[in-house]
Amino acid sequence: MARNKKHLERFQYTQDQAIEKPFNWKQLLRLLKYLRPYTKKLLPIAITAMLVSTLVRMFVPVLIGSVAIDSAIADKDVPFLTWLVIGISLMYLISYAGNNLRIKYVNILGQNVIYDLRRHLFTHVQRLSHRFFDTKSAGSILVRIMNDINSLQELFTNGIINVLMDIVLLTGIVVLLFALSPKLAIAILIVLPLMFYISTKLRRNIRRSWQTVRIEQSKLNSHLNESLQGMRITQAFAQEDENAEYFEGINTSNFNAWKEASRKSAMFRPFVEMSNAIGTVILLAYGAYLILEGDVTVGTFVTFSIYLGMFWEPISRLGQMYNQLLMAMAASERIFEFLDEQPNVKEKEDAIELKSINGHIEFDRVKFAYDTERIAIPDLSLEIKQGETVALVGHTGSGKSTIANLISRFYDPTEGEVRIDGIDLRDAKIDSIRSRISVVLQDTFIFSGDIMENIRFGRPEASDEEVKEAARVVGADEFIDRLPHGYRTEVEERGNILSAGERQLLSFARALLADPSILILDEATSSIDTETEMKIQEALNRLLKNRTAIMIAHRLSTIREADKIFVLENGKVLEHGSHEELMEKEGEYYELVKSQFQMLDAI
Amino acid sequence: MMDIFKKLKQYYWPYKMWLLGSIIALIFVTAITVVYPIVLQITIDEVIRGEKYSWIPYISLIFIALMGMKAIATYIDQYFGDYFGIRSVFSLREALYEKLQRLSFRYYDNAKTGDIMSKLTADVDGFRFFLSFGFSEFVRIILLMTASLGVMFYYSIPLALITMAVMPFLAVVVFRFDRIVHPAFRRIRKSYGNLNTRVQENISGMNTVKSLSREDFEVNRFLDRSGDYRQTYINTSNIWARYFPLMEFIGNVSVVVLLAYGGYLVMNGELQLGELVAFFNLVWLVLGPLMNFGFVINLFSQSKASGERLLSILEEDEDIINDPAVEHAPIRGSVVFEDVTLTYPGEEDKALRNVTLHAPAGTTIGLIGATGSGKTSVTQVLTRFYEPESGSVYVDGKPVKDYDLQHLRRNVGVVLQESFLFSTTIKENIAYGNPLASEEDIINAAKRAQAHDFIMETPEGYDTLLGERGMGLSGGQKQRIAIARAILIDPAVLILDDATSAVDMETEFKIQKALREVMKGRTTFIIAHRISSIKHADEILVLDRGRVVERGGHEDLLVNKGTYRRIYDIQYKDRDKIFKAHRQ
Repeated sequence: MARNKKHLERFQYTQDQAIEKPFNWKQLLRLLKYLRPYTKKLLPIAITAMLVSTLVRMFVPVLIGSVAIDSAIADKDVPFLTWLVIGISLMYLISYAGNNLRIKYVNILGQNVIYDLRRHLFTHVQRLSHRFFDTKSAGSILVRIMNDINSLQELFTNGIINVLMDIVLLTGIVVLLFALSPKLAIAILIVLPLMFYISTKLRRNIRRSWQTVRIEQSKLNSHLNESLQGMRITQAFAQEDENAEYFEGINTSNFNAWKEASRKSAMFRPFVEMSNAIGTVILLAYGAYLILEGDVTVGTFVTFSIYLGMFWEPISRLGQMYNQLLMAMAASERIFEFLDEQPNVKEKEDAIELKSINGHIEFDRVKFAYDTERIAIPDLSLEIKQGETVALVGHTGSGKSTIANLISRFYDPTEGEVRIDGIDLRDAKIDSIRSRISVVLQDTFIFSGDIMENIRFGRPEASDEEVKEAARVVGADEFIDRLPHGYRTEVEERGNILSAGERQLLSFARALLADPSILILDEATSSIDTETEMKIQEALNRLLKNRTAIMIAHRLSTIREADKIFVLENGKVLEHGSHEELMEKEGEYYELVKSQFQMLDAI
Repeated sequence: MMDIFKKLKQYYWPYKMWLLGSIIALIFVTAITVVYPIVLQITIDEVIRGEKYSWIPYISLIFIALMGMKAIATYIDQYFGDYFGIRSVFSLREALYEKLQRLSFRYYDNAKTGDIMSKLTADVDGFRFFLSFGFSEFVRIILLMTASLGVMFYYSIPLALITMAVMPFLAVVVFRFDRIVHPAFRRIRKSYGNLNTRVQENISGMNTVKSLSREDFEVNRFLDRSGDYRQTYINTSNIWARYFPLMEFIGNVSVVVLLAYGGYLVMNGELQLGELVAFFNLVWLVLGPLMNFGFVINLFSQSKASGERLLSILEEDEDIINDPAVEHAPIRGSVVFEDVTLTYPGEEDKALRNVTLHAPAGTTIGLIGATGSGKTSVTQVLTRFYEPESGSVYVDGKPVKDYDLQHLRRNVGVVLQESFLFSTTIKENIAYGNPLASEEDIINAAKRAQAHDFIMETPEGYDTLLGERGMGLSGGQKQRIAIARAILIDPAVLILDDATSAVDMETEFKIQKALREVMKGRTTFIIAHRISSIKHADEILVLDRGRVVERGGHEDLLVNKGTYRRIYDIQYKDRDKIFKAHRQ
């Protein structure tokens, strides 16, 4: 028994997102603001169309029951019946047109709001800092932009109009019933609260059990997805049987959740049927009695019987809408949480546009802290001259990446100034700074598309020729020409068409195409064979020509080539100078180099 | 069509009693549904107009009783039907999962996770929906339409004929709608998928986007897709806008005709008023299901397509066969390759060409060579992830084919360059290959892999959750957990496939030191780019395009002045230059 238990808990998938949240007016109003651009035209058209078809639906039963049966048919008045038939036909035609317009415009409206909302969120997220992306998993951001916004789709397309329609229809019918026969109306309307009860309480109970299903299902899917991705490890460790045991566990609890939810759901329709049946029996018994008393005509009786069949639909839809609203609350809360996230750097109103950048960088008594507890740079001054290549050396957490982030203004210093060409970066437009600075990541991301498009990402307006030229200069053309379709070869992130070294060359070509004045190189430690490493070194030399370059380097071969090396520790410069100078000094840098080789020998 | 359902029979047929129960209940439900208009007719014609008011209590009682029965039958119909579906899917899922566990690397090389996932989710669900709902809905539609038409014809043949004259028109509209709406739905799904891919790539590649400050470009690309999704959706909703009101209108035409002709018949005394009222009800009992008919027909073809895709997994060849004559003897770890040649399925070039090697138990073999030279292939043949095209692999003198597959693999520990960890605690991750290991052994393995110290610094220590929603670890930390995982199974053969490349020099130093300890007494294959990682190996194989081009100890290979020497020179030239320059 103990053994089984072990395997049933070997993986843990947590569901951390609330599916629904209590109703919140402020949030709803904030959501409804997205309707504003459409209040002039789309919304009125949709509402008018809805009203027209609803009114037709509301009045036809009266015409059929109370008018046609009681007057025309009872009096054997053929011309009147003819007129009625023509009239009702015309009304149906109008209702047809109204329905057509309603469905059409309601969807245009909803899709436009969804589009706006998604654009707002996506554009906002693009401006958020690295820190934001470091603390959130890619999956959770994707879920907000895609699924959470989509779950508002129903609210904005049919939801709002349907609520109006159902309220109009229900009140209209109730008013008409009272107008026809107050006594019978009161008797019949007993079923309304019953129906509302079923539509809200019973349904909530059912919905809860479906939520359990959804959670179980997402657990199951998470495991399936992970087990496929980790299949090689599973087979290498011969864990197939143990995993099958685990799967049987979640499969069973998934099955049980489904069974429970199905069982509850299956109660729903019988209850609805029964409430309808109660209404019908009241109508049959009490209606017949009232006819006997002479209070009510046969036609009114028929009208009532038609209306009785029309109650359920709007009530059911209103109940569903309420559910929808609670889910929208949860989704919109998550969306607004992202929208309220502030970018780290704010642009000044009178920020100046940097036309061109020469690349002279100064740090003047810069202090920087990510938060109050963690001071990354206590007090740093340094100068990088135009065209210089500088290497930043130090352990993890020594402040190398922080310096790079301050130069591209992903953050502003807490105190002091960072200047490029003598201008305080805080006075310049963010885009004008960043467009002249490129960061070359060696573990670059490959977008799905062909090689040509991937290189062109560096400068989207570049011509095919320019792309090829860039690839040629960094020596990437060699491997690209060997690919089955050359520059038109389709690649994708997970595909193993490109090796780690080839990706790096590709990212160099991208950077070259972007043609920045300042280049920041973040060297990754990755698996590259020695020959490829040589090629990359060569390409790098070409890329760095005539640019100010800051390298965050690990490989000695890269560091040595720099004009100036800064050795950093805890955000302070321990020493700086050229490789030769620093080796001569036999200081920290010398020790660092020595220990690296000692390690190699020691292994 | 039937063929696919026949092949999948074993997953749903054992639960056929549920389906049968559901259908029997359904027959009751349908019969009682048609009772309502009849009761209405009797009330109007007999009770009210015939003034038989004493019938009221009986009619009411009978009606309530019937509706009570209907409620119960409805419950049984739905629950049994659902149960039939979910029970079948339970066994189907289990079969799929087990099959997927057994499929070889060859299958996973060519299959995309996303595709398999969509089969396991969308197609399984499509199949369930058909079992639970589609089939009985089909039966319901037929039964309900037949019963209602029967009552209509019983009341008045001419009126039934005239009001039902709209049926062909409605049928045409319904089928046409169904034909165009499904491709339209597919277009929406596809457009949504494209948008999803776009956003996903943007987020995953955010570092790259920011590094080249391409945010605006990305926003525009996103808006293209988002606009396309909006347009596709609106186009599709225009189809609804055209067809739904039309279907309703056709139904309404039938109501108007009913009023006109039925009214005329009542005036002439050829039809009772109650019968006319019943007709108003019956019309929708026929036309309503007809509007759904297209949908149900479509369910058939969709579930057929889903079934086909599920069979594509269930019927996939298992090409690595576990021979019945299996060997369970303890493995000591001597490995011999004789003239092994391997070609990956679907590829032209050979991954290994006539590779021969002898690794006595406890020795270390180093493998070096450019990307794609076949280093990893050597280890994949040894663990039988792929079968060689020719030649043989022996472990402890017996062909690997003679071993029980799981037994063989349990004795080979693998550490890959990209260490995949599962969504569970650190402890469970380390114990992945040996779930019954004691806590002590787990900690011991972590210590030997130099992982214990950083594990103790995580918030929950060994109980810290990893994976998608869990804590993020650095590449070096993941790697050390993967090493601990391999150590814990105490393998006779250890494979380190580029295990230390994604870490910085200091971490590598630590890991290497740990590994030296671990490798003692095991046959070890080390794959690496750095000479420093393999120079202590008993034998080093230099591979080039699947061929062994050089072999021998470190010193021998240096003397050889071949590929190995060249790599060595590049990697060590720095040291000599740097220190020489300094000493002068």
